[in-house]
Amino acid sequence: MTEYLLKRLAQIVPTLVFVSMLIFGLQQLLPGDPAKILAGEEQDPTVIAHLREKLHLDEPLPLRYAYWVGGVLRGDLGESVRTQQPVLELVVQKLPVTIQLALMAFAIALAIGIPAGIVSAVGRGTWWDSLANGFALWGISTPNFWLGILMILLFSVQLGWLPASGYVSPFEDLRANLSAMIMPAFVLGNAIAAVLMRHMRSAMLQVLSSDYVRTARAKGLRERVVVLKHALRNALTPVITLGALELGTLLSGAVLTEQVFTIPGFGKLIVDSVFNRDYAVVQGVVLVTATAYIVLNLLADLAYFAANPRLR
Amino acid sequence: MNFRSKPLLAALLLAAASATHAQALRVGLAEDPDVLDPTLARTFVGRIVFAALCDKLLEIDEKLAIQPQLATSWEWSADNKALTMKLRPGVTFHDGEKLDAAAVKFNLERHKTMAGSNRRGELAPLASVDVVDPMTVKLNLSAPFSPLLAALADRAGMMVSPKAAQAAGANFGAKPVCSGPFKFVERVAQDRIVFERYDGYWNKANIHFDKITYTPIVDATVRLANLKSGQFDFIERVASSDIEKLQADKRFKIARITEIGYQGITVNIGKSEQAQKNPLGRDPRVREALELAIDRQGLAQVVMDNEATVGNQWVAPSNAFYAKNMPIPKRDIAKAKALLKEAGVPNPSFTLMTPTTSDAQRIALVVQAMTREAGFDVKIQATEFATSLNLADKGEFDAYVLAWSGRADPDGNAFSFHGCKQPLNYAGYCSTETDALLNESRTLRDVAERRKVYEQIAARVLKERPVIYLYHRNWLWAYNAKLSGVSNVPDGLLRVTGLKMQ
Repeated sequence: MTEYLLKRLAQIVPTLVFVSMLIFGLQQLLPGDPAKILAGEEQDPTVIAHLREKLHLDEPLPLRYAYWVGGVLRGDLGESVRTQQPVLELVVQKLPVTIQLALMAFAIALAIGIPAGIVSAVGRGTWWDSLANGFALWGISTPNFWLGILMILLFSVQLGWLPASGYVSPFEDLRANLSAMIMPAFVLGNAIAAVLMRHMRSAMLQVLSSDYVRTARAKGLRERVVVLKHALRNALTPVITLGALELGTLLSGAVLTEQVFTIPGFGKLIVDSVFNRDYAVVQGVVLVTATAYIVLNLLADLAYFAANPRLR
Repeated sequence: MNFRSKPLLAALLLAAASATHAQALRVGLAEDPDVLDPTLARTFVGRIVFAALCDKLLEIDEKLAIQPQLATSWEWSADNKALTMKLRPGVTFHDGEKLDAAAVKFNLERHKTMAGSNRRGELAPLASVDVVDPMTVKLNLSAPFSPLLAALADRAGMMVSPKAAQAAGANFGAKPVCSGPFKFVERVAQDRIVFERYDGYWNKANIHFDKITYTPIVDATVRLANLKSGQFDFIERVASSDIEKLQADKRFKIARITEIGYQGITVNIGKSEQAQKNPLGRDPRVREALELAIDRQGLAQVVMDNEATVGNQWVAPSNAFYAKNMPIPKRDIAKAKALLKEAGVPNPSFTLMTPTTSDAQRIALVVQAMTREAGFDVKIQATEFATSLNLADKGEFDAYVLAWSGRADPDGNAFSFHGCKQPLNYAGYCSTETDALLNESRTLRDVAERRKVYEQIAARVLKERPVIYLYHRNWLWAYNAKLSGVSNVPDGLLRVTGLKMQ
């Protein structure tokens, strides 16, 4: 177990180096001249020349990569050319927001998706199953931004129960924070719940038809124990993998949902930065989310051990 | 606490609560501003925020006339090569420093010399600044330059604290210190920019809010939902399709102001070799036919729900510098067909590049449909903005749907677009005669004389059609009906002086 953990940790370093090269390289493939878009309306040639120099745009690619990696290793992610704010400060500002939104959405997804999957597998063919499947179909096929706008129109404009926007830090005012986060978290969680439910259902169906479950039933165990103790543990393995990937995706920012609810997280930051060709910000944010993704996958692998003793 | 004081306390708390509520202004912006340093700033939306933060030497009013702000009076020398300005006494920056002639000199020199300054072009003819006395500055020009006053009524006239600017260096924009009615508190990128009232402001009697928060929300529907749910008091750039419903709602008011900018189609007529490969770029008759095939009013109706004024020049027909000798041509399909026949291309085909904004794409679709009647075959190429800008600059386009936010002085809408090799001249139009006229217009201060020159410029440029101007959009603002004192300045920037919540 310890050996496995060390091995996995050692793998993180080359992965991150590869990711950093990928981020840097891919970004260079974006069409359009960053100096031009950053120069704004007037397109003053002296400003464009100044920005080209500041961004090292006229220097060879490997050298520019070295400048960036050198900064990253010293803890300097550079600064946003558009707003002059340090990238590290932007990441520190947005990371807690993104983490909170991701965790809340994920909690909602788990709370709906797992029980719904179990119920629909156990009661296969009943109207519970149809209900859960109907919900899943709705969850997968409803676009986030559309559901978000509808929820704003209902809960903020019509009923006036929840604010349409206005993120507040939970340390400042927990109530205001939760009332601003509940709608976006539901919109995000709803879609993931549907995916989790479908996977949970199929994994559960497979396990429920296996020999050891039949044996357990033959032993006279109560159905509740058979399902929750014997079948669920085995069925969870693929769901954990999927869950970790979904959580990783949530951490890289939920672009449309953040736009609709004006949640100042990674999604908005990265999209705006791509459109503005604010390279330093894009690189910094992608590096942080890539790291989060890798760490989450590691944690998911560790979670298999917890869920399935045979793997230990 | 004794029993009887409780109602009093409650009343006090209530009064305090309603007072704090009434004194915060919450504004919804359509984009997140760029750096908050007037010297480096490059975006339109940034100017909205600056209007509360940084006072300028001069101001423009609702009729685009120049008004005093930090300068109380100004005078041109006989040769129009020097401008002497008297400064307003008793003005201080947010850090308590005095605004005097030395500070103005520092600021104008900062605009001229700072690395990456975006103001250099606007102040190009400014050769030196003299401190005449502590409250008088003299701006010496290398040549007469009438657009200078309008520039000083915009970012080039914004004054920052020299002490703070020197201390912060290139990072001044992270914590700007100006002399406007509000001072900077904090900025969380893409979330909020917060200002609080500056108690030392020279005109503080007309400032009725304690705090302003600007929040960028890109989506117009969501921005409006936030106004309706009470998150905002004021939003800019309402979608024209939402206006009708909003007008029926008594809780809100609408301001509609004809912009000083325009919406148009830029045609590659000489930017690159591609211009010669296409009948549209090659032959002015084909461009004339294209213009004649477009029904501007119909276009404004479909794309903008009529929230626009049709036009055919870089300034709106109501502007003092509109060239009346070049009126808006009426749609004439027969004449368009005849011109195409004469040019030998009855069915010209070209690609119309458009940024991915919904307005621009709708323009492209309507133009495609309208011009098909005259025989045109328009292919639409929707391109992400940064990429389209690059293609335009390289001349890799036939025609490009492009808008300009506009400047108060007509020079700002014409010079950089129609002068040879100017940065915004994507069409590649170049004529020595037009260049001479554009330069001459800069030397004239008299409106009538200057308009005569613009009439000559319009006659030359509109015949070649490097840009086919379509219409001038309305700035559409929506705000809480209790908010009063909103001034409709055509530059589309919200002025906070005089704003009051009833």
